[in-house]
Amino acid sequence: MAPVATTFFFYVLSALTVLSGVLVITRKNAVHSALALIVSLLGQAALYLMLYAPFVAGVQIILYAGGIMVLFLFVIMLVNIEKSQREDQFNKQWLVGLAAAIALGALFVLVYMKGRALFPDRAIQMPEQSNTQQVAVLLYGNYMFTFEIASLLLLVAIIGAVVMAKKRI
Amino acid sequence: MSPIGTIHYLVVAAALFILGVIGVLTRRNVVIVLMSIELILNAVNLNLVAFSRIWGLHGQIFAIFVITDAAAEAAVGLGILIAFFRNKETVNIDEVDLLKW
Amino acid sequence: MLDYITSYLSSDTTPGSAGNMFWAFVYIVLIFLGLSVAVIAMNWLERKILAHMQVRLGPMRVGPHGLLQPVADALKLLIKEDIMPSQADPFVFWVAPLIVVITSFTVFIVVPFGPSHAVTDMNIGVLFMLGVSSLSVLGIVMAGWASNSHYPLMGALRSSAQMVSYEIAMGLAVISAVLMTSLNKEGTGTLSMIGIVQAQQSQQVWFIFKFFPLGLIAFFIFAVAMVAETNRAPFDLPEAESELTAGFHTEYSGFRWSLFFLAEYSAMIAVSSIAVTLWLGGWMRPFPNALSGETWDLVFSLVPGLTFLFLAAMTFYSTARMPKHPYFKIQTIGLGGFGAVLALIAVVLFIPPVRDRIQDIFWFSAKVASSMYMYIWYRGTFPRYRFDQLMKVGWKVLLPLGIAVLVLTAVAGIVF
Repeated sequence: MAPVATTFFFYVLSALTVLSGVLVITRKNAVHSALALIVSLLGQAALYLMLYAPFVAGVQIILYAGGIMVLFLFVIMLVNIEKSQREDQFNKQWLVGLAAAIALGALFVLVYMKGRALFPDRAIQMPEQSNTQQVAVLLYGNYMFTFEIASLLLLVAIIGAVVMAKKRI
Repeated sequence: MSPIGTIHYLVVAAALFILGVIGVLTRRNVVIVLMSIELILNAVNLNLVAFSRIWGLHGQIFAIFVITDAAAEAAVGLGILIAFFRNKETVNIDEVDLLKW
Repeated sequence: MLDYITSYLSSDTTPGSAGNMFWAFVYIVLIFLGLSVAVIAMNWLERKILAHMQVRLGPMRVGPHGLLQPVADALKLLIKEDIMPSQADPFVFWVAPLIVVITSFTVFIVVPFGPSHAVTDMNIGVLFMLGVSSLSVLGIVMAGWASNSHYPLMGALRSSAQMVSYEIAMGLAVISAVLMTSLNKEGTGTLSMIGIVQAQQSQQVWFIFKFFPLGLIAFFIFAVAMVAETNRAPFDLPEAESELTAGFHTEYSGFRWSLFFLAEYSAMIAVSSIAVTLWLGGWMRPFPNALSGETWDLVFSLVPGLTFLFLAAMTFYSTARMPKHPYFKIQTIGLGGFGAVLALIAVVLFIPPVRDRIQDIFWFSAKVASSMYMYIWYRGTFPRYRFDQLMKVGWKVLLPLGIAVLVLTAVAGIVF
């Protein structure tokens, strides 16, 4: 399908994603933070669509925005106490943390500038019409073992979460 | 404006990663720290999918596994949070300072 | 510019696939208008049909046979006072109905009314619809939390727990249907909505009848799960008035409440269109292969016009039976006018060019409308499930049944 106004949509969506990311880490109210994270996740799903990855976008919307964030909202509603909104939001070593993050940012900039030649901009021909089929061929072919391990991991996580949250073990 | 290439997506992913790191290192509320970890995982996913556009579908498969992993980790992390909250009635991460209580 | 508009008219793909933004916008406006008309009609139909099932008459006063009742309801809701509870979080309180409405309307961009009559044809059509409709749970949770009062919070928690549980059963039923699309000679299935109907066309069977009774059981699982997913009777404990004083939308009044109501009806239409596309053959007319050929095509193409002619005839009959009192003169004239409009639509639908184009859209809408009638029928027939019974059905009955149907469908696909 012919891409339409790619540049405009990229800048709008990435601004939305990054801005919601800033809101996630700066809000006092945990519910507002969760809402901002949902917006960020949906913006990312749209970015995946622009990268011709519709299946990953669909999985992101169902699992992340529709599953994990519902879980987060439930837990926030369970543990939300008004007292935590009136305390200090940032801890004692916020300056050191910020400096470390800025150093990390500088490292990223350095790596990207030096290694720019290593990721060429040629895009391979990935037709969007058969993306799910190709992902399925790889997933159940090369990555079958990983798939089974992921399902085992989910089973362990279910049992772990149930045991953790029970009142009496 | 130059046409959108891979580097643009990598910069967005790096920005999200740094925001997630700042959130983990500076916030006190446990739930917001967990949400910042989700931001970090998302940044990694964006990186993987951006590279999969030039090097094959393996990046997308890896991204699907990362999303599955994030779901499992969020579930267990929130379970731990609930167990912790039942004892101490606070969501301040600075209060988790005893080896046993 | 003009050839940008006319260049699409000769193609046979959806506007989204062709990249034509003008026609995509036109289709979006048409869907929006159609959905609004459908919600208004559903409001009237629900009250009348429920009333007739309960051997009473329903609204009769507002217009002739209550036809203007939805208009009166809409006006009332628009002029009501907009109350916000005092300790409520204003931003979340405002945003919650928006999320529910936006997610309920966004799913319609992949709903196929015909082989090229959808806004776009995504490769992940069914996945997109399921995913975006699962985002409405977020809106409900936020609505209950932001109201800052007990009944909405409990209603929201119960409603979202119910919706999340039945999403799994829905997903399993959908996977069974998608598995059936892969039983062609290349061995690749498709998640795209248009592709699923075309798979039914090429395999010459509606998936509800395929591998009998597996298709039927999968459709049954989806039918039960979709009623629970949209919080309708008999699974409407979270919003039942005798239980939780209207649940998560207790504190919403006026226009905000009407947004929830709009979202509920369009979510019903959305999941009905998933059911129609996956199991009931989408836009195909009944018996496309058993009764094929020129004459049978002509006979079936007359059905839209005949339907509207029948509705017009019923309206004229009701007009004749109106009381012969001067107070009823305006209502009689109104009802006669409505009958005349229906007859006009019927005449338009008999003209050959219109008759050929309207086929796909009519059969799809007819099947969705029958699904809506089933919703209203369930509401009038079944008593409400208690919440623990509801969760038991979702997890202990539908989920194992769904897994069994999936495994048996896969086995049947390999063996046959």
